[in-house]
Amino acid sequence: MNSREKIARRAEKEIEAGFYVNLGIGMPTMVANYISEHKSVVLQSENGLLGIGPYPKESDVDPDLINAGKETVTAIKGASYFDSAESFAMIRGGHVDIAILGGMEVSEKGDLANWMIPGKMIKGMGGAMDLVHGAKKIIVIMEHVNKRGESKILKACSLPLTGKGVVHRIITDRAVLDVTEQGLKLQEVAAGYTIKDIQACTEPDLIIAENVRTEAY
Amino acid sequence: MKSIESSALKAIEEINDGSTLMVGGFGLVGIPEKLILALVEKGTKDLTVISNNCGVDDWGLGLLLKNKQIRKMVGSYVGENKEFERQVLSGEIEVELIPQGTLAERIRAGGAGIPAFYTPAGVGTPIAEGKEVRTFNDKEYLLEKGMTADYSLIRAAHGDKAGNLIYNKTARNFNPMIAAAGKITIAEVEVLHEIGELEADRIHTPGIYVQKMIVAQQEKRIERLTVQS
Repeated sequence: MNSREKIARRAEKEIEAGFYVNLGIGMPTMVANYISEHKSVVLQSENGLLGIGPYPKESDVDPDLINAGKETVTAIKGASYFDSAESFAMIRGGHVDIAILGGMEVSEKGDLANWMIPGKMIKGMGGAMDLVHGAKKIIVIMEHVNKRGESKILKACSLPLTGKGVVHRIITDRAVLDVTEQGLKLQEVAAGYTIKDIQACTEPDLIIAENVRTEAY
Repeated sequence: MKSIESSALKAIEEINDGSTLMVGGFGLVGIPEKLILALVEKGTKDLTVISNNCGVDDWGLGLLLKNKQIRKMVGSYVGENKEFERQVLSGEIEVELIPQGTLAERIRAGGAGIPAFYTPAGVGTPIAEGKEVRTFNDKEYLLEKGMTADYSLIRAAHGDKAGNLIYNKTARNFNPMIAAAGKITIAEVEVLHEIGELEADRIHTPGIYVQKMIVAQQEKRIERLTVQS
C-alpha cells in the first residue's frame, strides 16, 4: 500500500454513517474508494450534484454528468442536481458534515495553504476557500513532509492562505493531529513511527494526547 | 415569443469589441459551444469574460483565448489550459480569481438586484486585500459585490419559445445565475419546444431572463473520461 492509499484509508474513518461529505480533487477523491458498503453516506460535488455514484461503465458515460474534478461519474438513487449558487449555499450554510481537502502547508493554528505558489502558475482556488468556512469539520490530508523532507506542518504557513484558522484535523502518512486552542495535539501515530519520530519531523511543538494511539494505521 | 435566431453568428452579431460577457459552464459541461465558436468566427476582441473556467486549449473558451480575444478573464479555476498560463506570464491577459462560491453568489446577487453581500470565503487570504471586513457573531466576513454583464451566453438541454429553460444534470452549474445577470441573455438550447410543451413546474430558468435563443447540436467533449475498471 502506498502512502496515498494509506492516508485515504485512514481518512475514510472520519466519515460517519449518514454524513454529507465533500471530497476535494486528487487524493481526497480516492477516499471514496474506501467507504464501507455498510456506511450510507452522500457525497456532494460542488458543481451541482448531491449523491455522487461510482465511475460509469463505458456504455453509461454521460458527458453532462461530471464531478468537481471534471471526471465522468454517475449519480446514486436519491441524488439531486442543482446550480452552483445553491451548491455553495449548502456548503457555506453549514449543511455539509465534513470536507476532506488536500494541503500544501498547515499551521499549528489551523491555517491552510493549498492553492497557490507565488512565482509559479496560479491555477485558482476553485471552491476550496468557500468549503473551509462552510463544512462542519475540515480535515486536511497530505504527506507529512515535502520532497526535501521538510515538515509541511508549520508554526506559520509560508504560502498564501486558503483559509485562516479553519482546519480541525490533519491526517498524514505518519500521524493524525488535531488543531486545539493550546496547539497541535498528536492523536495517532502510524505504524513504523514513534512519537519521537513525529515530533522530529513536525515543526511546531506537539501536545501528546493522553490516550495517543501508536501503530494506529 | 422570444427571438429565435437562425444562426449562432446572427445571435452574437451585436456583441462588440470590449464587451463584458458571462459564459455558463463548469469545465466543458454546460458551455454554449456554438455561441463561443461564433465569437471565434466573428473575431470580437478585448472581451472581459466571466466564467468559472476558461475551457481547454482547443475547445470552449480556450478557443477565444488562443485567438487572443480575451483581455480579462474572471473565474475560479483556470488550471486546465497551457495557453492561459503563457498569456498570464507574458502579461497578455489580465486575470481575476474568485472563490467559486463567491463567484456564483456575486453573479446571483447581480441578477437579483443585490449590490453586495458578506461571505466568509477568503478572510485572511490574499483575496481579502482592499475589501471591507466586518464581524458578525464573532466571525469575520468580506464584503463582495454583485456582478452583471453586457451579455450572458448560456446553454440548456430544453427550451420553449417563451424562453423557459431546463438543464440536464450537472450541465446546470452557473447557467441559471448567469441567465439572470446579463443585460442581454442568449440561450443555446439543444431542443426547442412549442409554448406549453414544457411542464411549468419543471422549469429551471423562467423565460423572463432570456432575450434570444438558438437551437444547436452539441459535441459535448469530455475533459476527463473516467470509467469503471
